Amino acid sequence: MSNPSCTVRIASPLRSYTSGASSVCGEGATLYELLANLERRFPGMRFRMVDEQDRIRPHMRLFVNTSEAKELSAPLSAGDTVHVICALSGG
Amino acid sequence: MADTLWVGTRKGAFALRASAGRRSWKLAGPQFLGHIVHHIVQDPREPKVLLMAAKTGHLGPTVYRSIDRGKSWREAAQPPAFRKTSDAEQARAVQRVFWLTPGHASEPGTWYAGSSPAGLFRSADGGMRWEPVAGFNDHPMRPKWAAFGTPDGEFLHSVLVDPRDSKHLYLGISIGGIFESTDGGADWAPLNDGVAADFLPDPTVAYGHDPHCVAIHPLKPDRLYHQNHCGLYRLDRPERRWIRVGKSMPKKIGDVGFPIVLHPTDPDTAWVFPMDGQTVWPRTSIDGKPAVYRTQDAGRTWRRLDRGLPRAQAWFTVLRQAMCTDRDARTGLYFGTTGGEIWASTNAGERWNCIARHLPEVYSVTHAT
Repeated sequence: MSNPSCTVRIASPLRSYTSGASSVCGEGATLYELLANLERRFPGMRFRMVDEQDRIRPHMRLFVNTSEAKELSAPLSAGDTVHVICALSGG
Repeated sequence: MADTLWVGTRKGAFALRASAGRRSWKLAGPQFLGHIVHHIVQDPREPKVLLMAAKTGHLGPTVYRSIDRGKSWREAAQPPAFRKTSDAEQARAVQRVFWLTPGHASEPGTWYAGSSPAGLFRSADGGMRWEPVAGFNDHPMRPKWAAFGTPDGEFLHSVLVDPRDSKHLYLGISIGGIFESTDGGADWAPLNDGVAADFLPDPTVAYGHDPHCVAIHPLKPDRLYHQNHCGLYRLDRPERRWIRVGKSMPKKIGDVGFPIVLHPTDPDTAWVFPMDGQTVWPRTSIDGKPAVYRTQDAGRTWRRLDRGLPRAQAWFTVLRQAMCTDRDARTGLYFGTTGGEIWASTNAGERWNCIARHLPEVYSVTHAT
């Protein structure tokens, strides 16, 4: 059975990896698998979002549809939209 | 090639290129606008190669490599990262790549990187793929050596390679101390005898000190200097006890600062930029009157060098990577300020000119050709 296919909305700081695309397609049954799928196509992007201990970086937020996912184990379903959002304050 | 100053700032990378005789400088950039650039370093073994340590406010830390003197850059395929572990207490993540050092002349392509929290990394392929140096990062004493970090995390900096021996290394940790390896990084030992740690309950500890910047003289590698949170020091190996040469600074100036820069050929000459370390630690130029101090006798005496610098109401400081020399016979000296200015002297600090202003906060200034 193939992995669920999702739409991934890419925040502007990461679009240098997606050749400027603000939305890409990806596959995975979890966020972990989805990011691995994206990393194969957009090398280097995952480490800017997730640290070496597989923790989502402090200024990154990942939403599955409208719910924030705190862990990469969050499950995905076909047709989900994953939003990669950057959260930063200050000048 | 023209003298170039690479400037890492809180908001990107800039280059200042000199005209003939260094009479004028032309600012180029920014590159990587919006990136926090901690260090840009030329490879003396392959001068077309530069590495840059960068991150953005949102994104994780990485390293970029240029093979055309900074015209274009390519991101490391495997940036510095700690070993993945399921042990929650040991599960560290690099927050910033803070320091870059080219490896020994006999090891082309080898580089070292220091991070915050304190980690040491090595690349054997010119900076594209980085591996943790387990001898330091997993040393059983490391959690104790770097136990007193600030909320920003402790910084590993001043990775020094003995030009006579590729396996003889030094590094500094703020806060943690100075450490030495004689086996290429497989094992490490503290080297802090004689260094004050006034902020600790026990100021006679073997480690836990706060070296801000450590330097080894390239032509006399038994001589090291370091600017500490608690003073200015010199060490002549094989001695192990640092001598506080900052005691000879004027009392009203003191011997606190971030950078220390050594003369490229004269081991008795060094420059520092003192800052205010009194009461609540303003960490500005003292009394708003910035000045460089120079010794030409290995720290026995220091002379104030402030011709051309603002006479009053100038409250910047100079961070540890933000001061450097060039290799000209008359010794150009350069520093960047927390207020976004670059100052240059073409005569070893005797007279200063501002060659760039209105830049973001300057984190590093390095010379390249």
